Amino acid sequence: MGRSVQNTAFSRRTVLKAGAAAAAVTTTLPFAVPSILRAQTPVVKIGILQPVTGALAHDGDLGRAGAEMAINEINAAGGIKSLGGAKLEMLFGDARSTPEAGTQEVERMQAEGVSAIVGGFASPICLAASQAAARYDLPYLVDVGVSDQIMARGLTNTFRFSPGFGKVTQVALDNLTALNERAGKPGRTVVLVHEDGLFGSGLAKLLQAELPKRGFEVLETIAHPTPARDMSNVALRIRSLNPDLVIPSNYYGEFVLLARTMQQQRIKPKGIYAILGGAASNGRFVKEFPQAAQNVIDCNHWHDPKNPKALALRKAVEGQGKSFAYNVSLNYSNVLLLADAIERAASTDRKKIIEALNASTFAGHIMPYGPTKFVNGQNEGATPINTQIQGEDIKVIFPDAFAEAKANFPAA
Amino acid sequence: MYSPQIILEAALNGLMTGAVYALIALGLTLIYGVLHIINFAHGALLTCAMFAVWIAWAWLGMDPYLAILPLVPLMFVLGYGLQRFVIGPASHGDDGNILLVTLGLSIVLENLLLAVFQSDTRTLDTDYSFQVVALGPLLLSYPRLIGLGVAVVVTGLLWLVLNRTDTGKAIRAVAKEKLGANLVGIDVPHVYAVTFGLGCACLAVAAGLLMPTFYVNPRIGGAFVLVAFTVVVLGGMGSLPGALLGGLFIGVVESLCGLFLGDSLGQIGIFLIFIAVLLVRPTGLFGAKA
Repeated sequence: MGRSVQNTAFSRRTVLKAGAAAAAVTTTLPFAVPSILRAQTPVVKIGILQPVTGALAHDGDLGRAGAEMAINEINAAGGIKSLGGAKLEMLFGDARSTPEAGTQEVERMQAEGVSAIVGGFASPICLAASQAAARYDLPYLVDVGVSDQIMARGLTNTFRFSPGFGKVTQVALDNLTALNERAGKPGRTVVLVHEDGLFGSGLAKLLQAELPKRGFEVLETIAHPTPARDMSNVALRIRSLNPDLVIPSNYYGEFVLLARTMQQQRIKPKGIYAILGGAASNGRFVKEFPQAAQNVIDCNHWHDPKNPKALALRKAVEGQGKSFAYNVSLNYSNVLLLADAIERAASTDRKKIIEALNASTFAGHIMPYGPTKFVNGQNEGATPINTQIQGEDIKVIFPDAFAEAKANFPAA
Repeated sequence: MYSPQIILEAALNGLMTGAVYALIALGLTLIYGVLHIINFAHGALLTCAMFAVWIAWAWLGMDPYLAILPLVPLMFVLGYGLQRFVIGPASHGDDGNILLVTLGLSIVLENLLLAVFQSDTRTLDTDYSFQVVALGPLLLSYPRLIGLGVAVVVTGLLWLVLNRTDTGKAIRAVAKEKLGANLVGIDVPHVYAVTFGLGCACLAVAAGLLMPTFYVNPRIGGAFVLVAFTVVVLGGMGSLPGALLGGLFIGVVESLCGLFLGDSLGQIGIFLIFIAVLLVRPTGLFGAKA
C-alpha cells in the first residue's frame, strides 16, 4: 500500500517535469519562429472585427468578405512598399453581435499586436470596441455604425469614413424633396413605420419634425417592436390611411415582413422610401422576394456604380455565391484607406498611423465621396445616395452624377 | 377612426392567430386537467417542435404542413417518454417537485437548442406563406385560415378521443379520481404519460401551422406559453372547449389592441384580461369549482 502511494507520487512528479519541459519548448518556440519569418517577409497585422455569429451574422459575413478582398488585393500588388513590401495579415475577431464580445475581441487583438482595427458594423459594437481600442491608442476605423454618438466622444483613435446618422437623414430628406419635385409632386401624404428602439424612434421623431417643413403631411407614425411577430395590423392601418408615401425605418426581418404583408394586402403606395433601410438595398431581399422588393427606394451607403473597381468587387462577391450589400464596399474601402495610411506612415507605430489618417486625402476607394478628409475623425465628404430595386437589381437613381437608371417614382 | 371593414379584418386576423394559441393551450390544459400540474416545459417543447419543422424544411425539403404528420407521433413519444421516465420518477409523487422538474426541463431544452442552433432567428418560406383568400372585400391570409381550420378539427378529434375511446375513458377516470381508477385496474403512470404525450402532439400541430408565416429561435416558446397560460386561466383550467374559445377570444383581443394602441402595446389587453379573470372569476369561463 505504502509503495503504491510512493509510486503514484513519483509518477506525478515525472508528469509535472515533463509538463514543464513541454512548456519551456512551447515558450521558446514562438520567439524563434517569428524571427525567422520576419527575416523573410515582414508582416503588418490588422484586426478585422465583424459579427459573424448571432443576429447580425449575415451582415458580418459580408463585411469580412469585403475586408478580405482588399487585403488580398494589396498583398497581391506587393504589400506595403514603404515597409519593404510587408504583407497585411488579417487577424479576425467575431463580435458575436454584442458589444461585450466586440470589446473582448479588441483586447485579444491588442494582445496579439495589431496595428489597427477595422469594422464593428452595428453602432453599439462600434461604440464599445472603439472605446476599448482607445485605451491603447489603437487606430479604429468604424465601417458602418451610424450613431452620431460614436464620433461625438472626441476619441483621437476613432475614424469614420462613412456618413453618420445626422448627415444621412439630412441628405435623405433633401433627395426625397428633389425626387418628388422632379416627378411633379405626386407625394404629399406620408405614413412613418418605425421599430420602437433607439434607431427607429430617433429617426421617426426627426422626420416628424422635418417633413412638414418640406411640404409633406405626416398622416400617422406607427411603431412596432423588434422582433415583430406580425405586420397585419400595421398593413391594415396603412391601407385605411392610403398615403402617397410609406417611410419605414426598421431592421432586415421586420422590413421584409412589412414589404411582404403590404404586397399580400395589395397596398401600393406611390413610393416606399426607406432611410438606412434594413433590407431595401440588400441583395438577399431582392433575390428572395423580388415581387415585394420591386421599386423600393433607399437612401443608404452605396458604392459609386461608375467605378470599375466597385463593379469588379461586386462581381467577385457574387461569384462566391454571396448577395452583395453596402458593407462589402465600406469594409473594402476602409482597408484600402488604412493601407494607404500605413504606406505613408512608413511605420506600424500607432501614433504615426493616426497622424497619417488625419492627413489622408485618399481617393482610391469605391464610394461616391471624393478625396477623404477627416475632421475630428469624421470623413467630411461622406454621403449616402439613393438606390431603387428595379427588376432583379439594385440601381442608383439619385444624385444624377452617379445615377445608373431613372427613378421609377411614382411607382407604376 | 377606422372603417368597419378594417376592424372586421383585424378581428378575423386575431381569430386566426387565436386558433394557434388555442392549440398550444389545449395541450397545457389537458396536462393540467389530468396530472394537476402546470407544465413549465410546454414552451420549450413547442420550440423543439418548431425547430423540428424548420429542420424538416431546410434539410429534407419537406413542406411544413406535411411535416406535421411524422412529427405528431414523434412528439407524442417524446412526451410519453419524458413523463414516464423523467418527470414521473423524479417527482416522487409530490406536485411541488413536478413543478420544479418541468421548470428544470425547460431550461435544459432551451439551452440545448441555444448550444446547437445559436440565438439566430430562422424562417422558412413557402409559396403560400403570403397568399391571400379574397372574401368579398376582405383579404384573409391563406396559411392562417388553414391554421384556424386545423385547430378546430384537432380540438374536435381530441374531444372524440377523450369521450369515445377506452383510453379517453381511462384518462377521464384518472382525472376525476386517481385512487379509484387505480383500484379498478387502470395503469395510472401509463395514463399520465399518454396524456403528456397528447399534450406534446398538440404542440407538433401548432408548430407546423406556425412555421409558414412565423420564425423560430431558441427562446420563442416562452412568448406563446405566456399567452397560452392566460388562455387556460380564461377558459378554465382543464377545460378543452374553454381552451378553444379562450384562445380565439385572446387572439381577437390582441389583434384589436394592436390596431388601436399600436403593436408595441398590443399585448397589454391580454394581461389585463388575465388579471381581471383572476379577480372576478378565478375558475374561468368553463372551469369547475376548485
